[in-house]
Amino acid sequence: MELESIDRALLAGSFGKAAALAMDILVRYGRVCGAGRFVSITAAHIDACLYHGQSSIDFARRFVELEGRVRVPTTLNVGAVDVVHPEWHCGAPELLGHQRELNGLYARLGCLPTLTCAPYQRRARPSAGEHIAWAESNAIVFANSVLGARTDRYGDFTDLCAALTGRVPLTGLHCEANRQPTRVFKAPEIAATGLPRDLYFAAMGYVLGRLSAGEVPLIRDLPADSTEDELKALGAAGASSGSLALFHAAGITPEATAALSHAVKLNLCEIAISESALCEAIERLCPIAVGETVAAVCLGTPHYSIEEFRKLSHSLEGRKLPFAVEIYVSTSREIAATLKIGADFSALRSSGVKIVVDTCTYVAPVVRGTGAILTTSAKFAHYAPGNLQRRTGLMTLERCLLSAELGKVAPPC
Amino acid sequence: MLIEATALTAGRVEGILTLLQEPLSLWGGIDLRTGAIIDATHPQCGVVLAGRIVAMRKARGSSSSSSALVEAARAGVAPAAIILEQHDAILVIGALIAAELYGAQIPIVTITASDWPQLRDGEMLSVSSGAQTATIQRLTPSGTASPEGLSPRVG
Repeated sequence: MELESIDRALLAGSFGKAAALAMDILVRYGRVCGAGRFVSITAAHIDACLYHGQSSIDFARRFVELEGRVRVPTTLNVGAVDVVHPEWHCGAPELLGHQRELNGLYARLGCLPTLTCAPYQRRARPSAGEHIAWAESNAIVFANSVLGARTDRYGDFTDLCAALTGRVPLTGLHCEANRQPTRVFKAPEIAATGLPRDLYFAAMGYVLGRLSAGEVPLIRDLPADSTEDELKALGAAGASSGSLALFHAAGITPEATAALSHAVKLNLCEIAISESALCEAIERLCPIAVGETVAAVCLGTPHYSIEEFRKLSHSLEGRKLPFAVEIYVSTSREIAATLKIGADFSALRSSGVKIVVDTCTYVAPVVRGTGAILTTSAKFAHYAPGNLQRRTGLMTLERCLLSAELGKVAPPC
Repeated sequence: MLIEATALTAGRVEGILTLLQEPLSLWGGIDLRTGAIIDATHPQCGVVLAGRIVAMRKARGSSSSSSALVEAARAGVAPAAIILEQHDAILVIGALIAAELYGAQIPIVTITASDWPQLRDGEMLSVSSGAQTATIQRLTPSGTASPEGLSPRVG
C-alpha cells in the first residue's frame, strides 16, 4: 500500500499516540480490503458509541488514555438508552450508567453528542463528492444516495479510527467505479399500486434491499416529488433487508444521470418490481390481526425530522385524548429542542406523545405492557420482533394513530 | 483435506467446525454471554458458537457486528475462527480490535465456492492464518492428534 507523508506522520506519532494506534489499525484494515492508498475525509459518524458491553467502554477508554482527539467534525450515532428520560427506561438499571460513561468518553475524544442515527438532518451535512466515514446503515445509504457524499459501509471501531486520523483506505464506495449501478429496477407507479405514500416507500425499500443483494441498484419511475423523508424511509428499509448502501433514483438523486448513462452503455436489463411484491413485503412486515391488543406506537426509525413532526402534529389535531396507549417518537436532542416552541407543534405538545432522544425504540427498552407494537417504519418492523421479542405491525401513520386511540389494531383506513 | 485459503486476520487455532446453513448477523444474532445463536429466524438457533470454527458463506447485517465479536471475545465466547466465502470488513475490524484490546487471535479466512463442499459440520479442523495465506486442515476424528506447533483453540 502506498502511504502519503501525512499517513507516515500519523503512524510515526506526529499527531499523538492515539492517532498512531488508529492509523496502524486502519493500515492493517486497508490491506485486507485491498486498498492501494488512503484518502482524507471531511467528517465522521460514530456507531461504536452504542453500549454493547464492557468492551465498548474499553475501546473508547484506550484512546482517551492516549489523549486522542478527533481530527474531523465527528457526530455520534444513537446510544443504547435515553439518558435524558431515565424514568422511561425499563431495562437493566445499570445500562443508564454505562451509556452515560460511554457518552462521556466519546465527548472527551471531541465528538459532538448528537446521538442520532440521522446526522443528515443536521444543518451542517456533507455535500456531493465529499469523502466521509459514516457508520450506521441508514445514514450510510442516505449519505451515498441522497447527498452524493462518499462513504464505505463502516462498522464499529473503523469509524473512530477514521475520525482520529482523518484518513480512510480508498476502497469500496469511496471509488467511482464501485458507485456505478449493477442492476436496474423499474418501480411500479404509486397511483397504480393504490398504496398510501408512506407504505409505498417503506415497501419499495424493503423489496429493493432484498433484490439488490449487496449490489448498487438504479431505480426508475420513483415519484419525481419524492421527499428526503421518503427516501430516508426507503434507504433504511433497504439497508435492513439487504445491506443496501447506495441506490440511484432516476431524476431524483445526484448521481442518477451518470448512473443512467452507465446502465445504457452496459445495456443492463431492467427488472420490473411488481405491485404484488410491494404488497407481499407489507404483509410480511405486518403479521398482526385487526382487533389485536396494542402495547404502543413507535415512530422515528430513523429519527423523525422536523417536517415529520410537523405532519404528525397536524394529524394529532382534534383527536380524542388521552390515547389508550403510549406513542413514542424517537429523534435527536437537537430536533426535540426545536419542538418546544412554535404553533406548528402545539397539538404535539398537548397530545402526551413521548419524545425519546439519544436512542431508538427498537434498541432501547421503553415499551411497557403486553401487546403488539405498531410503526410506520419498515426498519423498526424488521428488527423489533427479534430485539424486543414483540409482535410488530407496519402500517400508515393514520392507522397507527387510530389504533392508539382504540388500544387495539384498527382496520386499514 | 487441505484447503488453501486467503488470510484476512492472523491466528492459528483448532476446533470443531460449525457449518452455518444461512448467514448470521453476530449483532442480535448471538447471546454475548454464552455465544449461542439467538436469532429466532436462523435455522440453527440455539447452537453455541463459543470456541467453534464457524463457517458461513457470508456475514449478514449490522455494522455493530464488529462490536458483537469484540464483546464475545472479551467474555470468552467468541468463535475460535471464522471461515467465509465473501470478504467481510466488519468482522475483520472486530477481530483486529479483539486482538488489540484483549489479545484474542480470531483468524478470519476466505475460501472459494468450489472448496466449500469440503467443509463438514462437526469435524475437527485446524486453521492456520498468516500474513496473506492460510490453510484449513482436517484433524483426526477424535481431534486429539494436532499438527505440531499449533496453539490451543481460543475461546
